[in-house]
Amino acid sequence: MVPFAGWDMPVEYSGITAEHMAVRASAGLFDVSHMGEIEVAGADALAAIQRITSNDASRLSIGQAQYAGLMMPNGAFVDDLLVYRLAADHFLLVVNASNVAKDVAWIREQIKGIGDAVTVDSSSRYALIAVQGPAARQIVQPLTGVDLGAIKYYWFAHGEIASVRGTISRTGYTGEDGYELFVPPASAPRVWDALLDAGKSFDLTPAGLGARDTLRLEAAMRLYGNDIDDTTTVLEADLEWIVSWTKGGFIGRAALEAQKEAGLTRRLVGFEMIDRAIARQGHPVLIGGMAAGHVTSGTQTPFLKKAIGMAYVPASAPPDAEFDIDVRNRRARARIVPLPFYKRPRS
Amino acid sequence: MYPADLKYTSDHEWIRIAGDQGQVGITDYAQKQLGDVVYVELPDVGRAVSQGDAIGTIESVKAVSEIFAPVSGEIVAVNATLKDSPETINSDPHGTWMMTIRLANPAETTKLLDSTQYADVVKQGS
Repeated sequence: MVPFAGWDMPVEYSGITAEHMAVRASAGLFDVSHMGEIEVAGADALAAIQRITSNDASRLSIGQAQYAGLMMPNGAFVDDLLVYRLAADHFLLVVNASNVAKDVAWIREQIKGIGDAVTVDSSSRYALIAVQGPAARQIVQPLTGVDLGAIKYYWFAHGEIASVRGTISRTGYTGEDGYELFVPPASAPRVWDALLDAGKSFDLTPAGLGARDTLRLEAAMRLYGNDIDDTTTVLEADLEWIVSWTKGGFIGRAALEAQKEAGLTRRLVGFEMIDRAIARQGHPVLIGGMAAGHVTSGTQTPFLKKAIGMAYVPASAPPDAEFDIDVRNRRARARIVPLPFYKRPRS
Repeated sequence: MYPADLKYTSDHEWIRIAGDQGQVGITDYAQKQLGDVVYVELPDVGRAVSQGDAIGTIESVKAVSEIFAPVSGEIVAVNATLKDSPETINSDPHGTWMMTIRLANPAETTKLLDSTQYADVVKQGS
């Protein structure tokens, strides 16, 4: 167990490799209750969400979710989050555990003048359990009356899971199909045990923070504090797809427009190692012997069996450029590759 | 638990001494702490090392750890099979050697721990 944003979190149960492989082959069970939940509600809630996030929440139907940035005026990230539309004027934001207090304060300050929109930190009302992997639906379906097949990717439904009232969201942070289950904390152990039981014949494997990190990196999902933060813009992070240029004004828009107009000086890319070495967060990127960026995430991936990572490099670098990484005072060659590293086979 | 024919360091290396040479590896406790080992960086053969020098690195998915020379001497061999199958360090830690050192100063071995003493170190540390 390790301390993580005020929580005691398991890094691994049976071993990161075994847990990672189980998620790719069958299914993994994650306790991600540390994630923060913030609700914004009121007649002007949509206007508030539109102002603070990069994506277009007006395109969300009730029961639908989207990935977005909680933006700073400079176009960088206060946080990254999922926006769930619970009702026409009621949104649930799922945010990083380490950022909850900062996000709540930021949102309240930024939407002061909006009118009727209240912000509530409801993190303590939700435990969050994720079932991820190709067998996820077969495992969860017997425990709920909700037709899981009817929930599309990035949609959610309310219902019972193991007789516990909750919300079933078809989302995740692993690159696999799967579900994230919002349940009351007091009932979470019961849901966890019921899932473990239902998953026995599917090799459902409890998985910790370690596998969560290697899985999300294979899927090239950004991690706040590593790949994105309050100094990296959403464009530099190669996440323009979560920027809505058509929705009107939002915090950070002017800076992002200016950056797009002027052109980027750096961008986040995926790389794989050519030399045998594992690059880790913070290792310098060297081009022509000169410091030219840094690694934001890096690991040896259990499934692809390669050393991969993400790094900020000069935007002028060709899409297949090779460069050196200073791995603890040893130079190791790496090559830019397209993201994501892993894409699940479509069924 | 910890084989009696090995000597140990408080940094969780072991050395199996035969004649004037010793094979070096890491203990079961060390591999458990590291988790799945995915990469091992070994020293060059011929390198002279002093007791306590960092002589290699061992990486698991989650951590990087240095290997320290249990004794002074010269690296006379490295286990090249670890390049392709570093996971044997997890499956057979006390049977998987990483490098062989020709001892320069056999008197240093008196500073090493026997299996009982090492077991106590692990007990206190965990």
